[in-house]
Amino acid sequence: MKISREDVLRVAELAHLELTTEEIEMYRGQLDEILAYVDKLQRLDVVNVEPMAQVLFPSAGDQPELRDDTVVPCDISGTVLAQAPDAAKPFFRVPRVIER
Amino acid sequence: MSATSTWTITGVRDALRAKEISARELTKDFFARIENRNRELNAFLALSLERAYAQADRIDAMIAKGNALPPLAGVPIAVKDVISTRDITTTCGSKILESYNPPYDATAIERLERAGAVILGKTNCDEFAMGSSNENSAYGPVRNPVALDRVPGGSSGGSAAAVAAGLAVAALGTDTGGSIRQPGACCGIQGMMPTYGRVSRYGLIAFASSLDRIGPLTQNVTDASTVMSVIAGHDTNDSTSAAVPVPDYAAELEKPVQGLRIGVPEDYFGEGLDQEVREKVLAGIALLEKLGCGRIPLQMPHTDYAIATYYIVATAEASSNLARYDGVRYGLRIPGATLGEMYRTTRERGFGPEVKRRIMLGTYVLSAGYYDAYYLRAQKVRSLIARDFADAFQKVDVIITPTAPTPAFRLGEKTADPLQMYLADIYTVTGSLAGVPGISVPCGKTNVGLPVGMQILAPHFGESRVLQVARAFEKAGGFEI
Repeated sequence: MKISREDVLRVAELAHLELTTEEIEMYRGQLDEILAYVDKLQRLDVVNVEPMAQVLFPSAGDQPELRDDTVVPCDISGTVLAQAPDAAKPFFRVPRVIER
Repeated sequence: MSATSTWTITGVRDALRAKEISARELTKDFFARIENRNRELNAFLALSLERAYAQADRIDAMIAKGNALPPLAGVPIAVKDVISTRDITTTCGSKILESYNPPYDATAIERLERAGAVILGKTNCDEFAMGSSNENSAYGPVRNPVALDRVPGGSSGGSAAAVAAGLAVAALGTDTGGSIRQPGACCGIQGMMPTYGRVSRYGLIAFASSLDRIGPLTQNVTDASTVMSVIAGHDTNDSTSAAVPVPDYAAELEKPVQGLRIGVPEDYFGEGLDQEVREKVLAGIALLEKLGCGRIPLQMPHTDYAIATYYIVATAEASSNLARYDGVRYGLRIPGATLGEMYRTTRERGFGPEVKRRIMLGTYVLSAGYYDAYYLRAQKVRSLIARDFADAFQKVDVIITPTAPTPAFRLGEKTADPLQMYLADIYTVTGSLAGVPGISVPCGKTNVGLPVGMQILAPHFGESRVLQVARAFEKAGGFEI
């Protein structure tokens, strides 16, 4: 067994997911099967292999091209806040996080 | 024009120029088709009537004035619901974004409309593009128009079904591990994945940022090249978009393929491949040989590790990207007594089972103590898979494989076993990891009439080559529409 019930609960906590009792058992079994499958990667020798984090092209050079850091108008706070479940301009409102 | 006639982009252009139909009439006709078929297919989640008619009227005004028409003038196009459209609800197939109206358009949308396209609406997909059957949508599955008891493939299932059923002339999909090519194959149409960075991801709601790509689903190869020429190109709003000039795809399209070297990786024709799919794809390769292509057997030794690599890299990126859905700034919020409780209950109720599964897996492989063994190792194996492709393209011009191991499967057939579902992507995830472009082209049907797709892959920025081979195949194989 690759993953225990405690592992599932720890991961759910990290991921901010509140799982039901059925979900905990279901995901434990399924993640266990998937992790057993991906274990095949352990068979490969990767000692001198660089990790590939992004697709990079030789033509792009070693350094990505950076744009000039210029200020442009971005007056969208009203539109953005209009999508918020709870807002008091210019803020998003959430349950109290700091006790006074 | 009948309700079942198949429109192509070229056909629309000719009909509008000849004034056989107006852009408004054509738009109306497509909304009527959607009205007729959507209850059955569930391909569209939202329609953008006002915006579509406004654009159609602009095109009609241009025609009336005798102005030159842009390349997609009046062409009705559907858009996968993970691509942002200003003021048009964009759900990603998820309850967590049920009433989300993006404040801006994706670059691809902006470019389509500038080229005259009429955006009909948003198409159904697996939640956050996670799935291979469209059964992970919070808004119900899509049915395959070719066989209603079958899945359309995924995750761009709604886009593929819409085009295959003639409810849109073309559609935008997104491909992270096969999500354009596999539904294209399942529905019997063209599905093209451009090179990573070729099409801007600005406004594409992220699943796995190092893999996500936007591309077209179309009736034929010429249409794919037309859409590609519009959406491709550098965009300062996407730092991963490539500053590489876009060639004239149409100019390369009809070039003969004689002398091109086709690589056929033996690992892709082994265990797990459906017999009929194998026969059709091998017949497709034989047809290209008749046109003068050379056939070169390839060994791509890390193919067997691709699914494992993909599901670690993609879920790790997804778990990070989807952390933004917390009920604070947009989308669903389930109130809680504390901030933490609000996060957890919002995410528990807002996300479906597959999305949670991938967030869990991705969080696990990134967590302390497991990062090196899983995530870092997968990134290294990704290098080896990319090297397989680089080595292969020293010897060949294109690589041809099946798109999917089986034709479209039945609804419900694989939902109980997530790992079996992941294996539906076995031939598509390799190209995704390597960042190369590819297309799935129809290459015949099985005995019971299910479409089979053949995948053509080329080196980075080799879209012209992909399209050229696809076009030659379509013409010679009698698959022309």
